Amino acid sequence: MQAVRVPRPATVPSRSATPAWSRDLLVFLAFITPNVVSLCVFSYWPMLRNLWLSFTYWDMIAPEPLWIGLDNWIEVLTSATFWTVLRNTLVFTVGSVVITIMIALGLSLLLNQKRRGRNLVRAAMFAPAILPGSAIALVWTFLLAPYYGLISQGATALGMPMTRWQNDPFWAMPTVILVVIWKSTGYDAVIFLAGLQGIPRELYEAARVDGANAWQRFVNVTVPGLSPVAFFLTVTSILSSFQAFDVIRVMTGGGPVYATTTLIYQVYSEAFVGFNAGRAATYATILFGLMLAITVVQIRMVEKRVTYE
Amino acid sequence: MNSVTFASPSRIAPKSTDLPRTTSHLWAARLAGALAAYLGLGLALVIVGIPTYWVIIGALKTNREIYTVPSTWWPPNPAWSNFPAAWAAAPFTRMYLNSITVTLVSTTLKLVNATFCAYAFAYLQVPGRNLIFMFILGALMIPEEVTVLPNYLTVASLGYVNSVTGLILPTIGSAFGTFFLRQHFLSLPREVIEAARVDGAGHLQILWHVVLPLSRPVLATLILLTAVARWNDFLWPLVVTSKDTMRTLPVGIFFLFTQEGTTEWGVVLAGTIIVIAPIIALFIVVQRHLVEGIASGAVKG
Repeated sequence: MQAVRVPRPATVPSRSATPAWSRDLLVFLAFITPNVVSLCVFSYWPMLRNLWLSFTYWDMIAPEPLWIGLDNWIEVLTSATFWTVLRNTLVFTVGSVVITIMIALGLSLLLNQKRRGRNLVRAAMFAPAILPGSAIALVWTFLLAPYYGLISQGATALGMPMTRWQNDPFWAMPTVILVVIWKSTGYDAVIFLAGLQGIPRELYEAARVDGANAWQRFVNVTVPGLSPVAFFLTVTSILSSFQAFDVIRVMTGGGPVYATTTLIYQVYSEAFVGFNAGRAATYATILFGLMLAITVVQIRMVEKRVTYE
Repeated sequence: MNSVTFASPSRIAPKSTDLPRTTSHLWAARLAGALAAYLGLGLALVIVGIPTYWVIIGALKTNREIYTVPSTWWPPNPAWSNFPAAWAAAPFTRMYLNSITVTLVSTTLKLVNATFCAYAFAYLQVPGRNLIFMFILGALMIPEEVTVLPNYLTVASLGYVNSVTGLILPTIGSAFGTFFLRQHFLSLPREVIEAARVDGAGHLQILWHVVLPLSRPVLATLILLTAVARWNDFLWPLVVTSKDTMRTLPVGIFFLFTQEGTTEWGVVLAGTIIVIAPIIALFIVVQRHLVEGIASGAVKG
């Protein structure tokens, strides 16, 4: 001990020789530990637990899950329900994401012009994005109510037959998609708008000077300038559409007969309606795998773009 | 740039001969463009406005008016009684308190986690730092929705079902916030932080007196984003609560609807407005900042 203490004064100038990080290490650990522990307990551990549970049968009442190997996976992947649910998820995602992005792009082009009232429109369009999905689902359930709902009255006035939009096996999915589009278009438009405003004005000037007309300027300046934003929006919208739950829960409850049951909805209903933890975990793992695949593709494409530039 | 300015005179010159015709064409095109633009903006306003208006007047209609076809666009005798009826049909006072508590505590803890963590990754040189940062970023790929069942099991085993703690606990880790703040911290001028270090300031002092004051707009954006997400959260509060008195507002109005159903729309719509109104009020105040913050965050990130 003493031998260590004695040379201490001599090492004072060499304070920089003991790496700076050893002093910072404690601070570093203190600063990151709460967050790392939270993420481990409520993000990483649950994924491992999902994977493990997917090899078990458990009604969440029995004291222990029962190991059944690959039974859940075989049962799920060979069931008609899984393929219906997967198709619903893809229809819901493609429908809501593609249409939302198209409308949002058009809207952002309008909002980018110096027109009177554009700030009002921007705020009004954005508002649904910050409201609870359940409240918006209720608003639309009221608008779509058969006979006395505003939309049904309009449809009748146009000579359409009376439709129970949310309870109709064909219309339920388009209805849910439409509500999600209504909710998210303003958000996407605002992000497109920021992208538009980030395109240097000189590019437009240059194109104009070179004799490009409005359409050519759109194709040659706006589209390439917006493509990073469009890519970002597409990926984040796909991921968030996989997580869309509240609108479906309130408007259709996944029905009629699985017509609007998406993967996330199936996870919920297997776990908290059917009390089949093993099957819910199997669906959750599949959903996670799908989202991971999309994220990896995104990262790959971003890397490619960076290296090409 | 130079080539552009050189090219311009020669290209514009020949065109200027047929100037009158072009300008009249241009004028007509401008008018058509303006008309189309206002038509589009007007349509957007109508598509958002009509449902909103319809819900507001719906909440002021009596049952008889709601189920009468064709509907009136203005209730002759506004049925204000729908609001007290809604307030009595569900424990709104309690649900408001739950929503406020959960949003405040969860947002605060998440932000504290994100701030300290982001500071550590931005300013503390520690070997293996990047590896740990990748680990935190990895959590971005695990959405709450996928972890809902195991988290329910964890929270249930801790005895926190139907409690505010249970509502908050799984939401306090921050992957996005850490990433978002670290990006911003790295953009701050290093000299300022170095100067504070030389003056003998500790990390907590630097964080509190130097870094945070320089980060106010970014923090405000992150707080708003987090708070809105927490306030609107649906799946987790739905799963982890079974008592009326423990519900948050978004789940509470869903149960108000399942309870009153389509026979008491006036009450359900009044309840919906009770839930939406404060958010809209807040939105009107912070609208500019929120919209611009989200836009700049998305485009830069």
